[in-house]
Amino acid sequence: MEILVCIKRVPDTSENEINVNRDGTDIERDDLVYSVNEWDNYAVEEAIQIRDRVGGSVTVVTVGDEEAEEVVRREMAMGADKGILLLDQVFNGSDGRGIASIIAAEVEPQKRAHSPLLAAENASESKNSKLPYGRRFPAACAGELQKGKYDLILTGAQADDGAGQVGGMLAAMLDRPYASLVTSLEVIDDKKIKVGREIEGGNVEMLEIDLPCVLSIQTGINEPRYVGIRGIRKTASVEIPVYGAEDLGLSPESVGESGSRVKRLDYFMPDSGEGAEILEGSTDEIVGKLVELLKARGGIK
Amino acid sequence: MARQVFAYIVHKKGVADETAFEMVAAAKRIDPDASITAIVAGTGDNLNAVCNEIASSYHEVWKIDNKALSYPNAEAIRTLLVRILPEQGIVIIPHDTFGMDLAPGLSIKLNAAYLPDAVDIDGVDENQLKAVRQEYSGQVSTHIVCDISGGAVITTRPGSFKADETKGNGGQIFDKTAQAMEGGFPETGRRFIEVIEAEVGAVDITKSEILVSVGRGVEDKDNLEIVFDLAKAMGGDVACSRPIVDAKWLEKSRQVGTSGKTVRPKVYMALGISGSFQHQGGIKGAPFIVAINKNPKAPIFKVADVGVVADMLDFVPKLTDKINGSR
Repeated sequence: MEILVCIKRVPDTSENEINVNRDGTDIERDDLVYSVNEWDNYAVEEAIQIRDRVGGSVTVVTVGDEEAEEVVRREMAMGADKGILLLDQVFNGSDGRGIASIIAAEVEPQKRAHSPLLAAENASESKNSKLPYGRRFPAACAGELQKGKYDLILTGAQADDGAGQVGGMLAAMLDRPYASLVTSLEVIDDKKIKVGREIEGGNVEMLEIDLPCVLSIQTGINEPRYVGIRGIRKTASVEIPVYGAEDLGLSPESVGESGSRVKRLDYFMPDSGEGAEILEGSTDEIVGKLVELLKARGGIK
Repeated sequence: MARQVFAYIVHKKGVADETAFEMVAAAKRIDPDASITAIVAGTGDNLNAVCNEIASSYHEVWKIDNKALSYPNAEAIRTLLVRILPEQGIVIIPHDTFGMDLAPGLSIKLNAAYLPDAVDIDGVDENQLKAVRQEYSGQVSTHIVCDISGGAVITTRPGSFKADETKGNGGQIFDKTAQAMEGGFPETGRRFIEVIEAEVGAVDITKSEILVSVGRGVEDKDNLEIVFDLAKAMGGDVACSRPIVDAKWLEKSRQVGTSGKTVRPKVYMALGISGSFQHQGGIKGAPFIVAINKNPKAPIFKVADVGVVADMLDFVPKLTDKINGSR
């Protein structure tokens, strides 16, 4: 089975406190640690496990800047066979539809021009890009595209700076079946798969889906393997093809800021409302106060 | 002319989801004079019950009745909606597990803008809809402008808009089945098999009065011991947030949230839980919430009654000792 996994480089919110910058144009990015979006990591692990069971190959793709290459290499170190970076200045400012259309053009290319390779030496070190992640991809006319090359396309169910939209849009552009929030996946044969998708209340909706299809993967579907520094180093010399708008047959106006119908105006700190009464003092004093409060509220039986 | 706004109604067992009334409020935020139309897909008595329940809240109710809609298939419903919606229509859909399945693809098929997961709407100026979204687990908010001149699909976060209970619209129910089924029931590459109900675990946290709930801040499975110790000292049960279940450190039946259990305790201790909206969505009945988290910006502090900014791994054992020593 040929599997494509769409991944994204994002600030790691479990490691970072996110603040708005001084003029409200972006979040404060100077001290952020970036990594692959957590949901995407589950999607890549799932793809690798499927390939190991039924054969085929796993390709990871991202729309991003040069910095995004590091997450492609990381996921290749996990076991993905190929990586692709979709990078072009005209992609900057794309909304969800724009990003989906860029990936759609990679899946079902109208034309593919000569593609430059990004030198592996450029790959590593840089961080703290000023380019806001998630503002990077736009839209094409997927309906007219020729038959694509992947049997299964996976995305993460969401990202911390997104809203779980690219997978569903991509599926609609490619006219392939789609299911979101997938927590179990079983390959029946080369024509269909059986998936469970998470619905309200901890229940699971079981579906049979025809291939080729697009799925968004929810966390918890598997246990993503650990990737060590040594593993990542091994992928440092692998060449990762880079495609831009022209390679993908995308007109520059259809993507990026000009193709976007949804734009961010500003960032601001949410209204904190009443908020919690924060207990102050030494740890002993706080513990003492808290025990009294809990007793008063019936919190200690 | 008043703008026409559509809302897709999620329902179950003949009862409309709470979001049916929240979307009325959201539609009025788009345009106070909007003509608001509910679209309800389903079949038989359950469908009619839902239409009657919401009719007074909407100007019009459009129903689509077909046996194949007894369980909603987002792919089929997408095609039905494309058949009945006007061009440049504005559609609101709840940002729940069904909406996440339906809305992104619907926006492509309608060639409409997609505004996902709105928590507030400021109104429309010259076809520019201004709304508020949250990013990074609710740590920051953004104002979004969305060009709705070509129509829009908007999903609204459940619980973010106060349900509109005015019921002053006296809506008429229209049967749109014939128009929706022109060309037959949509063929999709996706077939419903069954729903597997969540298992009830050894501890039924939906019945607990005191819950000691633990999140990512516990850092390691071995550290769960201090959480169970605190629960024992308080006479409560241990619950958790999603990452703990994803890591397989605790069973799914202990997970609080929209994708887990909905709980109604008297006291809720949130230890090392950042408090995503999905987690908050599982806490009902206005319990006394205590949040202990080392990140002072954690969204959980906004909904908690009392907060302690501390590493739970240091703080919790001291709290347990104090409770045990004060008996």
